[in-house]
Amino acid sequence: MSATTAPRAVNRRDFLKLTGLAGGGFALAFQIRSARGGAAPAGGEFRPNAFIRIASSGAVTIVSKQPEMGQGVKTSLPMIIAEQLEVPWSSVTIEQGDFDEKLYGGQSAGGSRSTPNNYDQFHLLGATVRTMLVEAAARTWKVPAAECRAVEGTVVHSSGKKLGYGALAATAATLEVPAKEAVRLKEPKDFKLLGKRIAQVDTPRIVTGQPLFGLDLRVPGMLNAVYEKCPAFGGKVVSANLDFIKTLPGVKDAFILEGNGKVKELNPGVAIIADSTWAALSARRQLKVTWDEGKVASESWDTFVAEARAKAAGPGQRTLRRDGDVAQALAGAAKKVSAEYVYPFISHANLEPQNTTAHFRDGRLEVWSPTQVPANGVAMVTRVLNIPADKITLHLTRAGGGFGRRIGADYLVEAAAIAQRVPAPVKLTWSREDDLRHDQYRPGGLHFLQGGLDAQGRVTAWKNHFFTFGEGGQPGSGGSLSPDEFPGRWIPNFLAEQTMFDTGWPMGPWRAPGSCVFSWVFHSFIDELAHAAGRDPLEFRLELLGTRDEMPAGSGGGGKGKQGGGYSVARMRNILKFTAEKAGWGKRKFARGSGAGIAFHFSHQGYFAQVAEVTVSKDGQLKVDRFVTGGDVGRQIVNLSGAENQVEGSVVDGLGTLLTQELNIERGRVVQGNFHDYPLIRITESPAKIETHFLSTDHPTTGIGEPAIPPVAPAVCNAIFAATGKRVRQMPLSRVDLRWS
Amino acid sequence: MKYSLSVNGANRTVDVAPDTPLLWVLRDNLELTGTKFGCGIGQCGACTVHLNGVPTRACMTPVSTVGRMKVTTIEGLAPAAGKLHPLQQAWTELDVAQCGYCQPGQLMTAAALLRDNPKPTDEDIDGALAGNICRCGTYTRIRQGIKRAAELTAGGKEAAR
Repeated sequence: MSATTAPRAVNRRDFLKLTGLAGGGFALAFQIRSARGGAAPAGGEFRPNAFIRIASSGAVTIVSKQPEMGQGVKTSLPMIIAEQLEVPWSSVTIEQGDFDEKLYGGQSAGGSRSTPNNYDQFHLLGATVRTMLVEAAARTWKVPAAECRAVEGTVVHSSGKKLGYGALAATAATLEVPAKEAVRLKEPKDFKLLGKRIAQVDTPRIVTGQPLFGLDLRVPGMLNAVYEKCPAFGGKVVSANLDFIKTLPGVKDAFILEGNGKVKELNPGVAIIADSTWAALSARRQLKVTWDEGKVASESWDTFVAEARAKAAGPGQRTLRRDGDVAQALAGAAKKVSAEYVYPFISHANLEPQNTTAHFRDGRLEVWSPTQVPANGVAMVTRVLNIPADKITLHLTRAGGGFGRRIGADYLVEAAAIAQRVPAPVKLTWSREDDLRHDQYRPGGLHFLQGGLDAQGRVTAWKNHFFTFGEGGQPGSGGSLSPDEFPGRWIPNFLAEQTMFDTGWPMGPWRAPGSCVFSWVFHSFIDELAHAAGRDPLEFRLELLGTRDEMPAGSGGGGKGKQGGGYSVARMRNILKFTAEKAGWGKRKFARGSGAGIAFHFSHQGYFAQVAEVTVSKDGQLKVDRFVTGGDVGRQIVNLSGAENQVEGSVVDGLGTLLTQELNIERGRVVQGNFHDYPLIRITESPAKIETHFLSTDHPTTGIGEPAIPPVAPAVCNAIFAATGKRVRQMPLSRVDLRWS
Repeated sequence: MKYSLSVNGANRTVDVAPDTPLLWVLRDNLELTGTKFGCGIGQCGACTVHLNGVPTRACMTPVSTVGRMKVTTIEGLAPAAGKLHPLQQAWTELDVAQCGYCQPGQLMTAAALLRDNPKPTDEDIDGALAGNICRCGTYTRIRQGIKRAAELTAGGKEAAR
């Protein structure tokens, strides 16, 4: 690889235009240490931008701006910079950046967008700095830059002489940042790092138990807080035995917060401040609160389900999509199938309970928080507590799981509100019970489906009356069905109607919102149709996808949704065939009690297909023997180990959700409280074998935290059907009798 | 109450209420935050430590019951400063963790398994690790990691992949 064009002077406006980075301080930061930007830094360090520092010793530091919650971006995104910078990974130190979107650009980690949002920019960032180092060497040697190339942290001249990046740092720091056109990106064929398996950079700290997570944080003089909220969502405090609580050992203070009236922001409650976590937790066991539970305490899941069943045959409140004439097509169908599918509310259950440390003094707030979207926390603190954004410093800690939960900022604003009342730094720790009972849940739902087949076994009609849950007149996150959701657009006579129950229950994005359950419902029902047609489930799906290569967005219906947008049928067909081949679909004969199931889904720009092989014992015990995933997330897998880990985790997460997860909401409150009654999947239930295959295609590289989840549950349930003839139409499986004889 | 504890080979004295779980003594008083709080009721295993070598839920162990038992936490798992336990080495090689929050507990449970059973099967591993939840779902790699650590312990030096 060589840099053939010398960096030239470019003004800032041109640079913004050229790099497409206008609108942020990202490019400004890029210029910070340029010749016109001021004096060269002390000690000959080269700091060409906010992300890269090269010390005179040659040590390279890359700042990771994205929140890390186990999705691996603290490793994978810096790998992109290191690749283009042409430095050995072993010489790189990664630092977590604080929240500063003026400096770094967007820092939101959600929707599997960290990779696609930063991929191209990070390539350019690394390559630009490499170009400057090559130019620095050329100037030092007084030779054309074209005769120089960067090799593993050094610049080598065609004569064989070379200089390390450290030795070039001081000179590079005096150069102008070159224009995009003057920067040559490394070609994928020359990649040394991307696509390899690289262990997460925090691994040494994780495996030796060093402080890393929000809950591990300690600030000098710090106190500990717990916060009791009303069991019924949004309930208010009438009174509490604060005077007694304040007499308990270790307790420094106890007080009531009013809340701001929004169940996903600052909830009313009672704060107990103590000199240790245990003193606060112990005192809380003696806390007595009188609550005003409010109207939410009249709402129960069972009541809604009964109402849905009563209304299922009637019209929905809204038509999401109407193509052709479903009634006529069903009436004329050679075969008809109808089914009810139901799935419950579930929790994110991050293993690290929600927490935040906050210190309020002199009108300024300093916060340390495991958050996915720090901007949400700052905006909420500003809105609810009237602390201006420029008086808030937010440090990002590693998060013990995200799954969408930490897009919400309720726990952060809670800590900040408590800190406003405490003359010391204070760490707020949620109990597991707080976490399960005050989550922002994946909404449950019901689908009443009817399908029609013609005499040749083709799907001619699809009708769905979808019952969902809303807050404030809109479906909760993940409770909104796009009119374009597959198989909408593919079936000539198609009707999707929606009826929504408005509740006071907090809902929020749960890993692959919507997709994580719609795929289960629709691919299970497609399987029912395939069976009714007497067709192979793979063949039936390929026929349903059809022969066109692209399905344009929004060619019907009135709503909009996440999946709205072009759908590459060609990519889906290819990944489906690819996966079926990897799994050996149709090549094996299974004994009764064993079988294979298949499903696919497009979400978060990723095309995924999956095959499950299961065994169900006669007494109904399920074992997933083998699970095969094929994924198309574009041209380049960034960190192969991280990508495989995300898929393996998605398979286990999708299976775990299917197996046991269920929250009962009664009288506006969650019944379950901890892992004894809200069991998560354990190693004993994890598939014996998980195989992950990626298909590289000539499309932009996209994210992988979510799109592998949706087809998991339907693949498993379709395999259960193949094994036992039992169709699973209810989640979780712990409620379904799988015994057979 | 004052308690004199043996933690990772050192004597540590703390002054806490008798019912304080060892978990919070480790985290708040001794600043050993590698032992994690996940559920507080012994369901998730994130707080697993060894008491005289036996994997124990620190969240369910009042400090008053520890006495002179030797407490080993994740910070004390490595055989010496600058060295890693074979499990820690295997976890690094295979990039086992996702968020990493449960892994100290997984490692402490796995260490006791390997000590008693140097060549565990998948079934042995599942049986021993059934009390440790990984919300991210790294179970496949946990199985591989334990097997790799068994190889490393037996002297195998070849790369795992």
